Amino acid sequence: MSVTQENLRVGHEPEPWLAPGHTYASVTDKIASAVLTRPLGIGWLAGFGLCFSIVMVLNLAVGWLFIKGVGIWGINIPVGWGFAIVNFVWWIGIGHAGTLISAILFLLNQQWRTSINRFAEAMTLFAVACAGLFPLIHTGRPWMAYYMFPYPSTMGIWPQFRSPLIWDVFAVSTYGTVSLIFWFVGLLPDLATLRDRAKNKWQQVIFGMLSMGWRGSARHWKRYQVAYLLLAGLATPLVLSVHTVVSFDFAVGIVPGWHTTIFPPYFVAGAIYSGFAMVLTLAIPMRAAYGMQDFITRRHLEQMAKVMLATGLIVAYGYFIEFFMAFYSGNKFDLFMTWQRLHGPYAPFYYALILCNILTPQLLWIKKVRQNIAALFVISLVINSGMWLERFVIVVISLTRDFMPSAWGRYSATVWDYATFVGTLGLFTMLMFLFVRGLPAIAISEMRELVHQESHGSEGHQ
Amino acid sequence: MSSERRSRVFGVMGEFSTPEDLLAATKKTREAGYNHIEAYTPFPIEGLSEAVGFRGFRSNLVAFITLVGGIGGGLTGFGLQYWVAAITYPINIGGRPLNSWPAFIPVTFELTVLGASIFAVVSMLALNKLPQPYHPVFNVDRFSQASTDKFFLCIEARDPKFDLTVTAKFLQSLHATHVNEVKDEE
Repeated sequence: MSVTQENLRVGHEPEPWLAPGHTYASVTDKIASAVLTRPLGIGWLAGFGLCFSIVMVLNLAVGWLFIKGVGIWGINIPVGWGFAIVNFVWWIGIGHAGTLISAILFLLNQQWRTSINRFAEAMTLFAVACAGLFPLIHTGRPWMAYYMFPYPSTMGIWPQFRSPLIWDVFAVSTYGTVSLIFWFVGLLPDLATLRDRAKNKWQQVIFGMLSMGWRGSARHWKRYQVAYLLLAGLATPLVLSVHTVVSFDFAVGIVPGWHTTIFPPYFVAGAIYSGFAMVLTLAIPMRAAYGMQDFITRRHLEQMAKVMLATGLIVAYGYFIEFFMAFYSGNKFDLFMTWQRLHGPYAPFYYALILCNILTPQLLWIKKVRQNIAALFVISLVINSGMWLERFVIVVISLTRDFMPSAWGRYSATVWDYATFVGTLGLFTMLMFLFVRGLPAIAISEMRELVHQESHGSEGHQ
Repeated sequence: MSSERRSRVFGVMGEFSTPEDLLAATKKTREAGYNHIEAYTPFPIEGLSEAVGFRGFRSNLVAFITLVGGIGGGLTGFGLQYWVAAITYPINIGGRPLNSWPAFIPVTFELTVLGASIFAVVSMLALNKLPQPYHPVFNVDRFSQASTDKFFLCIEARDPKFDLTVTAKFLQSLHATHVNEVKDEE
């Protein structure tokens, strides 16, 4: 309603989701050519090379870890979780925006998801891959990780299904699997497009096999749409459950600062918050490098900024409730933990977190900021850092300051902790570099649908 | 085994420039009594699957199979946990009940979603008979446009009313921009 009034006042239509003048063929050409014909530029090679060398750092860090064990990290008693869990929660949270965009916005019939869903889903997959790495290597003996799955072992032992850590195994592996097949189903018609437009034998064979002989018949499309809608419906509760289960890893424990019922909703909101920040961090350079400004318009970026603002406020509310409940309950351990956040050895992290996650995003109330691409890029980086700090504060402050002073401790990460974390950033970015050149980064068939809808009256949708 | 390639007619294919033309032509083709028809489009078009005669329970079979997969996944998930925790590997923790079902809900839920999702995708592919690298329609050169911006209607030779010349003329009368014979290699 307010949008309509504003438009009436200003006297113009909202910018369309697709720059005018596009046809079925032009959107197809533009998106497919980035994969099929565009030569490898110096920018891509340099970026890919840089990320590849960072992945080598990851290999080194993980290799050394396998030789020496988790003692090379800064973890200790009482902080047994450290960077591994901080990074796990951070990465898995980033993944949530992809599923939100592809599933929830699809069910809500939000047209603006169309041009960002494909690469947001790719981002989800790569983020889940980075996330999954951390608990795996944190087990100390990753070659025994299959113990976490229920299988009939000769030892006659089974996993403890009452433990949130086992729930996590199921939640994350289901999430990874469903994200992958959802992504593949979305890709199927586009792979067929690439097969039909292939410029050489290699492309034809590879995309021919991947597209499975998709030919876009009416019966194919009907079953496809049923399956896609159902997958969206299934992925929606799934994505909400994943970070809920991740928050149970904390909330089911009795550690001060963890044992609260606000955790599941505030973790989910935080996940979406950081995920949208990461989508912006990736979308802004990508649309510039590949000339996708017609498809990922300023209006898309503004819309994502609004989602960030909304979820950021939910996160701020979560912080406030944590604070409030500590005082309201009068529990001396919770009170002490809160006091430690404000005045303890890790207080600078807490203040930095407030600055990054609560104060900075308030700039997004201003329309000029939401429309300023450079500002959005910077804010998205700030929020990404803020969300990482949030997990650090939750993990480290609570573990170093629990019930008995004799159990208190300190934690600082070693160079191997940082090498592993930076290494996964490199892995994630490298996979994104490969993705934008290897597969269509925007859903072509959905863009054609958008062209069709835009050309047939755009009544009723804002 | 003769080296000479023989081919037979699979059908006749008409090409259209807009989804509206295709939809109108499909409806007219059904009205003219052709039943074995199929339309090919670069994106899903509302009402087209009904127009080619794909409707009713058959067209929603994927949804039914997904439901079966979801129920199966959920029962498997709960059954597994119950069997592990209460039957084969019971651990007495302070006398708490072995069948502590509220603690089994998260895994049950995840496996419900996993079962339903896998069944949805696999049934979609299987009912579409994919992967299927070869199909006669790919023999038409212009068909590569079906994944970009052209819309095709194919009347198949197995239709009792099919006659190469008459059917081709019929498609032309529906204002198809191109009409091609679809050959199938034997």
